[in-house]
Amino acid sequence: MNQRIIRLSALTVALFTLAACSDDDDETVVEPPAPEMRTYEITVTNLTAAQLFSPVAVIASDSVTLWQTGSAASDGLAMLAEGGDSSALTAQDETLVAEAGTEPLMPGSSETFMLTMEASDSALLSVVTMLVNTNDGFTGITGLDLSALVTNDALTMLPHVYDAGTEDNTEAAGTIPGPADGGEGVSEGREALDAVTFHGGVVSAEDGLTDSVLGSEHRFDNPAMKLIITRVE
Amino acid sequence: MANRTLRYTTLCMATLPAFTLSAAEVEISVENLTRGIAFTPLFIAAHSSDTHLFVTGEAASTELQAMAEGGDISGLETVAAGASADMVSNPAGGLLMPAMTTSAMLTTTDGNTQLSLVAMLLPTNDGFVGLDSWTIPETPGTYMIYLNAYDAGTEANDEVRGSGVPGEAGMPVPPPLEALVGTDGTGVNATITNATVHIHPGNLGDDMLSGGMSDVQNTVQRWLNPVARVVVTVSE
Repeated sequence: MNQRIIRLSALTVALFTLAACSDDDDETVVEPPAPEMRTYEITVTNLTAAQLFSPVAVIASDSVTLWQTGSAASDGLAMLAEGGDSSALTAQDETLVAEAGTEPLMPGSSETFMLTMEASDSALLSVVTMLVNTNDGFTGITGLDLSALVTNDALTMLPHVYDAGTEDNTEAAGTIPGPADGGEGVSEGREALDAVTFHGGVVSAEDGLTDSVLGSEHRFDNPAMKLIITRVE
Repeated sequence: MANRTLRYTTLCMATLPAFTLSAAEVEISVENLTRGIAFTPLFIAAHSSDTHLFVTGEAASTELQAMAEGGDISGLETVAAGASADMVSNPAGGLLMPAMTTSAMLTTTDGNTQLSLVAMLLPTNDGFVGLDSWTIPETPGTYMIYLNAYDAGTEANDEVRGSGVPGEAGMPVPPPLEALVGTDGTGVNATITNATVHIHPGNLGDDMLSGGMSDVQNTVQRWLNPVARVVVTVSE
């Protein structure tokens, strides 16, 4: 209701303005310039041996990054890193435009996303996905300045794997949402070191973590993802 | 003789305003990107291209060994001072713990165009984070460098508590790490397989705080490269 009143007022102001203008003999119709649109093509490849990526989210945000190493993860990032759920990240107020995959991205597979938005000097690109056979491991980029790309510019990036700092890396049954376990996604609480860092890798049962549900094939190294970002318009 | 000629030429060129081998004001921040590895006091030096704190594929100096096995940077300070380097020691005032960042200002003098940095990694036997002779850009701006973990090649990686004295076995465990490092491990590697500075193979660790093979915790005190991010800001 409030919204409607505000809209009505805006309309009234516009009418008054027009009325005021009508005294002007030199009347010309000025079309508002069509906003300049930009389109980016983002191709993501899973470079791991056996870590499925949760449905990849590609997000252009206004002036914000989705994480910073050394700082605590947001609750939205914790949801992504522990459970592969990117919905809270894509729904942030600062999101200009976002796309997300509908299926996990298998090792060796690639997926391409298109982002189209109005030109902006403050659009920062994030690409984010969980390594689902981990406790809280994720990979991607955040804070890439899209305005720095001119048409047909292409960037190739090889992101590192991060640890969200929101769930201990026990690798224990019931704690890993991926197919290696089928356990819980998001859990309560944070690690003692409540900060995003680079990931130290998973250990696996074969490599000496007795209670791990992971196999040696779930180990990974940096980089885990290949990312090609092209401005096509 | 050729060397002297070259130096002389360089000196002459330095007096030309367009050629900037001249002093620079640089800010250096170092971030520990690991989850469970502490950095001992950092040693940062700007030096000429004749000097190195370490070189991969070459045996460690005794001064590097003292740093890599025990975190003692005094020997490297002496060597760098002898080479007229510009230096910063221990900007974090002790251990740089996981996820923490420290920073330092360094004013470089003419000819000290190369930046190097080292700190021991704990818990390890002779692991260190290192940067060898990165050319400080002449163009003002902000530059990012990722650093790897190296093995000094001077001590077997037995991964059990022991000594930080060069040549003595085991890992030193300073008080802040006392509760984080296990005890009574039987030992992992007993021999050195590469006696030159090389990329560290990483900690193995085990899942027992007491006993087992290693005193390292395998879910927390492993790492993947890179282990540090350095941001260098060169002032106008």
